[in-house]
Amino acid sequence: MTAPTAKPSFFLLALLTFFFLTPLAHAAKISDITEADFLDRTLRFFSFTDPSLRYALAGSMLLGVACGLMGTFLVVRKLALMSDALSHAVLPGVALGFLWTMTKNPLAIFVGATVAGLLGAATAQAITSTTKHKEDAALGFVLAGFFAVGVCLLTMIQNLPGGNKSGLDKFMFGQAAAMGREDVLLLAGVVVVCGAAIGLFYKEFLVTSFDPAFARSSGLRVQIFHYALILMLAFAIVASLQAVGVVLVAAMLVIPASAAFLLTDRLPRMLVLASVFGMLSGALGAFFSFVGRNLPTGPVMVLTASAAFALALFLAPRHGILAKWWRHRTRTRRVQRENTLKAIYRVLEDEGFRSESVSLRELAEHRRETLEHSEAAITTLEHHGLATREGADFALTPAGWKRACEIVRNHRLWELYLNHAAKIPADHVHDEAEEIEHILGEENVRQLEKRLNYARRDPHGKLIPGLEDIHGTSPRFLSGHAVGFGPPRP
Amino acid sequence: MNPERPTESAVPLEVHDVSVAYHKKLVLYGVDLSVPAGRLVGIIGPNGAGKSTLIKAIMGIMPLSSGWVKVFGKPYAKNCQRVGYVPQRESVDWDFPVNVMDVVLMGRYGHLGLGRRPSAKDREIARASLEKVNMLPFAQRQIGNLSGGQQQRVFLARALAQESDLYLMDEPFVGVDASTEAAIVTLLRDLKERGKTVLVVHHDLATAREYFDMLMLLNMRLLAFGPTEEVFTPENLQNTYGGRLNILSEVVQIVGETKR
Repeated sequence: MTAPTAKPSFFLLALLTFFFLTPLAHAAKISDITEADFLDRTLRFFSFTDPSLRYALAGSMLLGVACGLMGTFLVVRKLALMSDALSHAVLPGVALGFLWTMTKNPLAIFVGATVAGLLGAATAQAITSTTKHKEDAALGFVLAGFFAVGVCLLTMIQNLPGGNKSGLDKFMFGQAAAMGREDVLLLAGVVVVCGAAIGLFYKEFLVTSFDPAFARSSGLRVQIFHYALILMLAFAIVASLQAVGVVLVAAMLVIPASAAFLLTDRLPRMLVLASVFGMLSGALGAFFSFVGRNLPTGPVMVLTASAAFALALFLAPRHGILAKWWRHRTRTRRVQRENTLKAIYRVLEDEGFRSESVSLRELAEHRRETLEHSEAAITTLEHHGLATREGADFALTPAGWKRACEIVRNHRLWELYLNHAAKIPADHVHDEAEEIEHILGEENVRQLEKRLNYARRDPHGKLIPGLEDIHGTSPRFLSGHAVGFGPPRP
Repeated sequence: MNPERPTESAVPLEVHDVSVAYHKKLVLYGVDLSVPAGRLVGIIGPNGAGKSTLIKAIMGIMPLSSGWVKVFGKPYAKNCQRVGYVPQRESVDWDFPVNVMDVVLMGRYGHLGLGRRPSAKDREIARASLEKVNMLPFAQRQIGNLSGGQQQRVFLARALAQESDLYLMDEPFVGVDASTEAAIVTLLRDLKERGKTVLVVHHDLATAREYFDMLMLLNMRLLAFGPTEEVFTPENLQNTYGGRLNILSEVVQIVGETKR
């Protein structure tokens, strides 16, 4: 097992060093920036000359990593709702942290908010374990109740005399531009702590998340790892508040991790992908809130993350909508081709396999369709090398003959099986067999044949093509003329 | 295994007067057991009889409300490395982002220290365990893309990788195909031949007699425990599955309500 979680955090530390080693100029607020033009502001963004911009960008990216790491565990443990409850529950802590120092001291607010968040988690836990209420109701109560207290406290603070209250309202929706050096250091600390804990105790977090009972049986203290995750989750939420805000931080936990979940089946990769998505969303959020002037960072970040999720939903190689649609389309087309092959076989059979070729008109009459439809179906078969045209007529290629025999055999074997083994009347079995014939594999067919004592006729008295017919792929010759592949040998 | 361990003298599993309550309601009541080494033991009883609860209580996954458990002469926590566990298949999320190998390696975690990663030797043991249940070709497969029988065999391989002396299996035969059922039976006999003790929660009376050396008939109380031919009698089964315990369960219900 590797330590993939360490990689993004190291990369970020390097990035951070870059931001901090650049000489600290006079701290300009993003709002001081005067370039009116979108292009000028973009250029200014990428020049990284404003310290406040550097803080905003570094902070937003670190936040993305912290949320991606913790969000991955939330998503795989089905605790997504917990992130929502916890992020709203921290608000009273933010207010109390402010009241403690009467300044916007990040450390005081961090401590207050973490305590409030843990109190919220404990309240939810207490409600589920002592009453008949389940977790959803408990979390709903904690979310709304704590949030209401927080909003009341913040309103009271706004009306208090004195103190530097500016920016306190930004905790609701986040403003990356309001981040200072301490905020970024705090986030860096959280990323290092979470990354190190997950890297060091990866196997413990994995087994306690996947199968807690088994983890317990092999001597692990499951509760400790659960609480450690909740504590780290609280850290990630609280450190992210300044940039995304209370209302939307849960989205940064859940969305990048959910997008990553669509793209991979391994936890280490999911952790890396979720961190990268979070980091990109953070960077783009900071960028747009910079160039777009008064756009709030939080919502922009969340929109970016949602866009990543939507992309993953469509394009994921296995679980994506596009891949599923493509698989469905491929399957439908194969079934259509096989049905044409089967119809051709039936036409040949009706004529007693006297001739190898079939005319379009015969096929159209058999399938009760227009000549155009038959024409198109034969063209498709030609493209796949299953049929070949001879003027107005056409014939099956050896590959087409083989597949046609297989489909007819599957169909008739299944009819016989339903009729014999499941005692379904002979006139009820056709529709079932129409579906099953395309699905049966070699293995199933062998079992069916054995089960049916290698019967040669289906419930309607028609011959079932056997192995010899399928592999006897060379046309037979009678008095110098090719006469097709020959009827099934009874 | 390790020759210094006092294996021979100590009984693999001793359960004394164990009661377990779930939400203040008793589900197991005064169970006494002593399971000798090298036996295949079937735990039989109706739904809700406390079969899974018993093995979870043995491993400390559920707290005991009274009594004690000893594994090879010591409390469970001291000897948990010598116990292998196969939980019910429905107890985990099969969409979890892990592959077959990841799950089987979890069987080695109990032998590794906190924060230590599985070594090449652990991987070798995991591979050998997968080989035994014919699942090695699926090692890199995500666990959700397996059939029910294959998922069950992954859990068995994980237990084998634990290299334990006592195995506790919760309904390993539920929802598996005939070939997996046969494979599990072979595996159980193999474990027995190697001197291991295996307790299996089982729901099918018809096969119980054939699969196990000893049976444990459970319905809140331990109703019978002993060699299969002695225990598997109409009277015992009637006691276990019939309604004779109605009075006891009613009283327990009332006791639970007064405590609330």
